[in-house]
Formats: sequence, structure tokens, C-alpha cells
Amino acid sequence: MNAKVVVSLKDGILDPEGQAVASALGRMGFDEVKDVRIGKVIEIELEDGIADAEVRVKQMCEQILSNPVIEKFHIQTEQS
Amino acid sequence: MTVDRPNIGVAIFPGSNCDADSLHGLELAGANAIPVWHDHPETGSLDGMMIPGGFSYGDYLRTGAIAQFSTVMDLIRQMADDGRPVLGVCNGFQILLETGLLPGGMLRNRDMKFICRTVQIRLESTGNSFSNQNASGDTMRIPIAHGEGNYYADPKTLAEMNSNGQVAFRYCDNGIVGASTNPNGSSESIAGVTNAAGNVLGMMPHPERALEPQLGSTDGLGIMRSMVESCISSRAAINV
Amino acid sequence: MSNTGATAPLYEELGLTASEYQMILETLGREPTQVELAMYSVMWSEHCGYKHSRSMLGRFPTEGEKVLQGPGENAGVIDVGDGWAVAFKMESHNHPSAVEPFQGAATGVGGIVRDIIAMGARPIALLDSLRFGSLESPRVQHLFEEAVAGIGGYGNCIGVPTVGGELFFDPSYEGNCLVNAMCIGLLRADQLTSAAAAGVGNPVILFGSRTGRDGIGGASVLASQEFKEGDEEKRPSVQVGDPFTEKLLIEASLELLDKELLVALQDLGAAGLTSSAAEMASLGGMGIELDVAAVPLRESGMEPWEVMISESQERMLAVVTPEKVAAVTEVCEKWGLTATQVGVLIEDSEFVINDGSDEVGRIPVLSLTDDCPKYQPESKKPDYIEASVPSVATVFSSDSVEDELLDLLGSPNIASKRSVWDQYDHMVMTNTTVLPGHDAAVIRLKGTDRGLAMTSDCNSRYVYLDPLKGGMIAVAEAARNVSATGATPAAITDCLNFGNPEKPEIYWQFKNAIEGISQACEAFGVPVVSGNVSFYNESNGAAIYPTPTIGMVGTLDDVTKTCESGFRSDGDRIFLVGDTLSELGGSEYASHVHNIVEGPIPSLDLGVAKATCDMVRSAVSSGVLKSAHDLSEGGLAIAVAESCVNGAIGAKIDLSSSGQELSIVESLFSETQSRFLVSTSQSDGDGFLKLAEEFGIRVAEIGEVGGDAMQIGSAVELPLDVVCNTYQQGIQKWIQKT
Repeated sequence: MNAKVVVSLKDGILDPEGQAVASALGRMGFDEVKDVRIGKVIEIELEDGIADAEVRVKQMCEQILSNPVIEKFHIQTEQS
Repeated sequence: MTVDRPNIGVAIFPGSNCDADSLHGLELAGANAIPVWHDHPETGSLDGMMIPGGFSYGDYLRTGAIAQFSTVMDLIRQMADDGRPVLGVCNGFQILLETGLLPGGMLRNRDMKFICRTVQIRLESTGNSFSNQNASGDTMRIPIAHGEGNYYADPKTLAEMNSNGQVAFRYCDNGIVGASTNPNGSSESIAGVTNAAGNVLGMMPHPERALEPQLGSTDGLGIMRSMVESCISSRAAINV
Repeated sequence: MSNTGATAPLYEELGLTASEYQMILETLGREPTQVELAMYSVMWSEHCGYKHSRSMLGRFPTEGEKVLQGPGENAGVIDVGDGWAVAFKMESHNHPSAVEPFQGAATGVGGIVRDIIAMGARPIALLDSLRFGSLESPRVQHLFEEAVAGIGGYGNCIGVPTVGGELFFDPSYEGNCLVNAMCIGLLRADQLTSAAAAGVGNPVILFGSRTGRDGIGGASVLASQEFKEGDEEKRPSVQVGDPFTEKLLIEASLELLDKELLVALQDLGAAGLTSSAAEMASLGGMGIELDVAAVPLRESGMEPWEVMISESQERMLAVVTPEKVAAVTEVCEKWGLTATQVGVLIEDSEFVINDGSDEVGRIPVLSLTDDCPKYQPESKKPDYIEASVPSVATVFSSDSVEDELLDLLGSPNIASKRSVWDQYDHMVMTNTTVLPGHDAAVIRLKGTDRGLAMTSDCNSRYVYLDPLKGGMIAVAEAARNVSATGATPAAITDCLNFGNPEKPEIYWQFKNAIEGISQACEAFGVPVVSGNVSFYNESNGAAIYPTPTIGMVGTLDDVTKTCESGFRSDGDRIFLVGDTLSELGGSEYASHVHNIVEGPIPSLDLGVAKATCDMVRSAVSSGVLKSAHDLSEGGLAIAVAESCVNGAIGAKIDLSSSGQELSIVESLFSETQSRFLVSTSQSDGDGFLKLAEEFGIRVAEIGEVGGDAMQIGSAVELPLDVVCNTYQQGIQKWIQKT
């Protein structure tokens, strides 16, 4: 199975990269853009048939894939 | 090896690049500087540890994120608990944040660019192992060189740190702290912080680059010599 | 043999001509296999084979008593005293940078660093010479910002300070930017390492990153074709750099050499394994047998020819004696790198490629490295030179030199490059004693009194207008920059960037520039120890300005006896060294303010050029100078402004006593060569004048340091903060204009 983890900065923490992209989009005429937040996607390929896969991936996120001081994460899992 | 000189380790990770500068700087400041490789650390009698700048593990995932799981970090946690001085500079600071030995986190610089230049910082607190050569309010000219030095802590943490005297340095201009003198957008212009006990310091500026007149500033000597003295006194205290 | 029967059209797709293919058929006595054809195509490309340049490169003076290694190895090496030696080289990465500026520039840095490691040296400094189209264009801004970020991203991570370089904008580079990277490394003279293979039966070890499909037909093939519209599709063939692995590769290589575990060492660059292995065998006069099936791969299903020409980054090739293989593997493992035996040296001078138990190629080594066809293209003086030379008799006049001065001071080619070098870690290694922003950077050699000065220079507009003299001036300017710090020019490397050499006018530029560089090197007594040629720098048929970038290294016996460009203290005396003539042809003033690019460019007397440098160096060493700054683009006015800004102090200049009858525009902006702006304390001024007289160099006292304004006669009076802001914010302002 596959897990997709999206890690991004917590709401309220300044995201300079997102701001730079938002202002560039504005300059390009995409006036409808209100805000941009940039994160990263981590794709994890897991062995099939793991019962507590979601729990394990959550542990990975908490221990290394994200820094809880500044980041939040979101997990999607799907059978391959 | 003279008796007076404390043994200070320099933790070296794959991708560390200020390790040689830190070893050289610690020797200048009066220590026996000892390289400590990340996965088989010497467990000899180290009186203190410096975590140097660089790009440990390529800074992949997040700066300092992967280094926190190295074997040497167990030794560093133990030394911090024992009250021995631990100094993390630049990437070393980032690693100390990731391990949780220091409060807060690190974001990319406000302007999204790497910045290398000599800045001024103001000493904010003397209640730690790195400030006995200086007085509160002293300003120092010390180089920075980083892409992620935008220190972040939430308001509650900042309040606690301020009341505990854990903010070690702030960026300034002739002693005045303000938005225009903040090179990277860090919370409250913070350049360095300590743990509550004051024996672990993380800072973005590189004191090891400001130890010799030829390099333009000797203002880093106070910090490094304080660490050396604190290593001697903490050794005495721990060995009692 | 498998994979036989490559057909005719394929060789053309790979960039070989019919006659070159015929040579291959004759050499092999049969049709080449697919692997063999791919290997010939990359080795006989312009980039690796130097087929249009080799015949001219022999003109360079390459010998000198301090030269330990001249051209022919991965980098040149000179002796710098106390048992220390310095390896250095400059290389282009123009075409990859035009396609993907961040990765192109980053891998350019990575490649030149590995050349230095291969000599057994620790990289200690980087310089980057960058040229782009007009900064007003958003595409140019993108290329510029990404290339700078790529250089910083790579150099900062590997912990080698980027201490200098150049930045020049001109429409001629619009479709074809130049990214030239120079690396300097330090080694013990007796630890000089060679790429020459030795010892029949010795294993050949590949270590570093795994091999993928990066840059298949990348640098080698890209560099042999002009750019046309729609080339963005070539992106997949651009290599991606991993500076973290490069840092490990530096440490592992130096540890391997330090433990004396290697017979020979070579980096993998353009044409990958093919070029590295062939060069090693060729230099050692022997043969090599490789097994592509043994090469650790990053992607599955790679064909033997892909493995042989892949340009995956961060790889090195070493020859090792059998009993040391285990120790080599251990060191590499410590640094987290894979090390794999991929071949063995053989007696016959043949390059044998196996895929497991199948032989897939067998080529005489020298046919790859030495028999590459050499062409002596036609050469013809371009019409634009005939047309332009007599013209700029036009004497520029102006009512508002002050406005023109500010306009020039804030222009992209003159304004401070601080916003660029701020992004490079220029202090790591704690050796940089003169930081970027002065004439040349100075690096101390820890543990000795010595230092090195380093610079890269080329005024390509001059070379365009007059390749012979322009080539001379590039060397003379580098010598002035090095001398201003008190250092003695020791040797140069060059990166020769030109258009399509098959065009007679381009080849004429190339020939003449080489002649000019050679004459200047002979006059200054500095050999050329390494270099690189980059042809086909054209887009849509138009060539760049011919740009032979000169990288110079100078030596200081006492690194504390050096000088910077900024004025220092109130009351110091200011002197202009050298005569000023009416020489505005080809100048930055004519180009930027009046949009005129015409000759004649400034004259150059090589004897005077050298004597002037010798005198200034002598003055710096003796300690009489408080500042020294070379005069180049923008002339005296810009030099005065820069000395004021760099010293954060004003100056009052009076040109009436200089005794030369020139208009104010000529006095301020003429680019007459062999001039310096220097300052002394009140008491040392007379001693300086005496020294100048001994050297027979004309010097005029033109003013005094002090105040918070820059004043030049009655024509210019500008507050210091206006001068500083204009200079320091120039580049950002140009970017924000659009």
C-alpha cells in the first residue's frame, strides 16, 4: 500500500515561499489568488497487509517527517 | 594536553562543514578540541561539546532533522542533562531545536535567500555558560551564513524564554534592536537562545569566524572563552 | 559481439560527420557497435575533443619555474612555497545553465570542484564569472537569480567559500548566458596526484553516487549545437547536483589519498565513464577493461551505452592495487558512499567494454583521446571591426556629468555585486582575509605567513572590438587586481567562450584573442596552467561577445601586508597612478550612457602595464599605501566612488594639477589602462612618490580623503549616502524597474 503525507507550515506561521508565489501569481494576472501556502509531499511505499499502517505512518510523521513546533501534517493512504 | 585546557568535542556529521573551523577556534579559545564522529562517539572525558555549522545530511527533509537521530546525539543529551556546556552554531542550533534541547523551530529566511555577512548582535542575558566574559548589552560583530535562520517560537514560549533569561542574543545596530536590523525575520530579532539551565546555547552567528584580527573581528572570543571556562568549572562541579 | 550494426543515420544524430564516421570505420576495420559509436560521439564532440581549438592552444606559454603541472591533467598546479602547492582551473557550464540555470550552475561548481580533488587538493575557494543578457528582461532576471542561487546552494553546502567572480550584462548574452566556475585547491607539493593509470591488473574502482540517465547526450552533445527556439524540451537531459554527496566525496577522496590507498584518481565529468576511463588509460599508456554490469545503477534497464556516457554527478574513478581494495571500500563506507570495482587495467592500449560475460565494445584507447579529428577552420576579419575602428573620434561632451556619473554608478555592470556575494558563504574555512567586493579576494594559508590572491576578469566588449588587444587587457586587468592586494601574479587559467568556430569571423576572434592573451602572459611572466574552451555560444545565429575569461592566482609571502580598495582616514593623500588619455572607445560610459559600442579600445603598453603593477605591489608590501584600487570599467570617477563607498568616507578630488589636457568627461570616464587609485597617510605620501619615480611610473597627487561627500573639481559634488545608495542598490533597482 501507499501513503501520501502532506507536511506544511502551521496556520499563522509566516510562509515566505508561499507569499512570494502568491505575489508572483498576482503580478501574472491571477487576481483571484487570496493566499498560497507551500508544503511538501512525501510518498511512502509500504508492505501490503500491515494492519496498523495509518498508526505507523502517523508515528513517522510525529518522529521525523514533520516538526510539530512549526509544521502540521495530513496523511492519505491507499491500497496499491 | 595541559591540565587547564578542557576537552571540548566537535560533533561531526556527514555534511558538517564548519567542523575544522570550530576545532581551530576552540583551540584558539583555550580548549583541547576533539573531533567526535557522529556514529561512534568517543565517550572519553569530554567537558563540553560544540555542534558545528554545515548541512548535516544535506539538510534534506528539514535542517537538522536527520542528524537528531545520530548516535552522538545520545551523548549530547546526556552532557546537556549533566550540566556540561553544549554550543550549537548555525546548523548546530538547528539540530538542537530538532532534538528539543532548545525551544522553538527554524524557518527559511524572510527574503528566501541565503545570507552571508557580518552582523551585530546584542548580548541579552548573562545567566548562562557562554557570557562570563561579557556584560549584558554588549554588542558584538559576528558573521552569519545561513538560508534558514528565521527563528520561530510561539508567543507563550517567547514570554517564558524572556522571563527565564533564555534569549541569549538579538540582532541589532549599535545596540538598537529593530525590524530593519533583523536579517532573517526571526521572532523578536532573536539570534541565539539557551535552555532553561543555561548550559545549552544555540546561535545562528558564527563566533568561530570572529576570533582573529585578520578576519575582521575578535568579538567571538568572549563567547568561546566563556564556554571554555564554564567547561572547567562544570567539570569540577560534576566530579565533586 | 552483441549490439552490432549501427546504421548511418545514427552517427549523424549523435553529431558525427560522415568523414568522422569513415575514420571510425577505418580505425576499427568494421562497423562500430552501439556502445562504441556512443563513446566516439562523446569523445569526438567539441566539448571533449577540442577539435576546433587544439591547434591554437599550443600558442599559450605554459612553462615556468613554479609550474608543477601544466595543461593536460584535471587542473594546473603551481608551487606556492613552504612545501605547499595550489591546483586551479576554470570551466564553463554555459549550455546546461541556459536550459536550467539553477542545476546548470550548481553542477558547474560541482564539476570544477571534482577536477581539483582529482589533483589531490582540498578545494579552498571558488570564483564564478557570470554573463547574462540585458537585466531588464524578465527571462534574464530569472536566469541570473537562479544561477546565483544554484551556485550558492552548491558551494555553501560543500563548505568551500565563494570569494569572487564577475557579473556582466549585455544583450549579446541574451540567448546564451555564460557560467564559468573556477576552483582553487591546496595540497602538499609532494602529494600531487595524477589521473595516469599504472599497474597491469590493478582494479578500477568507481565511487560516489549511483549512475542514472542524467545528461545522456548532455554536456557533450549540447555543447556541440547552437541553441534554437523550443530547446526547453532538452530539460530531461540536464544533470541534477547533490552537493551533500559532493561534500562526502571531497572528504572520502582526501582521506583515501592521505592514507596512500590510490594509484591514480580521476573525476567523472562530461562524457562520464567513457572520458574518465579513456583519459586514465591514455595518460598511463595502457588499456582498460570495464564491465557495465558492475556499475551500481539508480535506474533499471539502462543500456550499456547509457551507462558508458551517463553524466550522473558526484562520481570519481580510482586505480587501486588489489591488496588495498578492502581499505578503499571501508573509507568510502565510512562516508556513506558506494565503491565498486568496475574494471581492471590491461596491457594492450585498448578500451574493452563488457556487459557481464558479453564483450560489447573494443576500441584502441588513443583513437578516443588523441585521434579526434582536428580542424583548422578558415579565419576572416569581421566586417564590423573594419567599420568601427576609425570612428570614435567623437568626443563626448556633457553638461551634467554628475547625473551621468550616478547613472553609470547604479548601472548593472558597475553597481555593487554585494546582493550576489551575500548569497555565497565567502567566509567558511576562516581564511578569507580580503572579502569579495575589492580588486581581488585574499585567502590566508593557515599555519604559514602566506596568502593567495585570486580574481577573474574579462572585458568582453573590448575583445569583441579588438580581440588581440582585448585578450591582452583581460590578462593585464587580472594582474592589476592581484597586484592591488600586494600579491605577485603567479599563473592563470582560462575559460575561452566563443561562438561557432566554423564561422571564419568567430575563428578570427578566437585566434587573435589567444595571441593577445599569450603576449600578455609572456610580458607578465605568468604561464597558463589549465583551461577550457566553450564554442557554439550562439542563439538564433548570433554569437556572444568573444569572452576569454582569465582566472588569475597571485601569491603573497606575508598575508598581513595587503591592501583593500576603500579609503581609510581623514586627511589621507590620494594619488592617481598612470597617465590618462582620451580613451572612451569601447568604454562602459560610451555603452551605457550613449549606447555606443565602437572602438578603438584603450591602448596597452605591456611594459608599462607590468612596471605599474610592480610598483604598486612594492608600495603595498612596504606598507606606504592605505588603499589601492585598480581603474577599469567606468574609469577614474567610478574608482573614486568605489573607494569612497568601500571605506564609508568622502573624498575631495582636484584634477587641475594632473597636467593633462582632457575634457571633464574624458578625465572622469576614460578607460586608459595601467592606472590605479591609491591613498597614503600624510607622512607616507612623499615616500610613495619617490618609489614611483624609482620605477619610472608617473603619479599625480589628485586629492584628499575625508568628509561626507564625493567631490571632483567643480563638476561633481555628491553626498556620500547618495553615492553609497546608488552603488549598493543598483542591481535591485534594475530588477524592480520591470
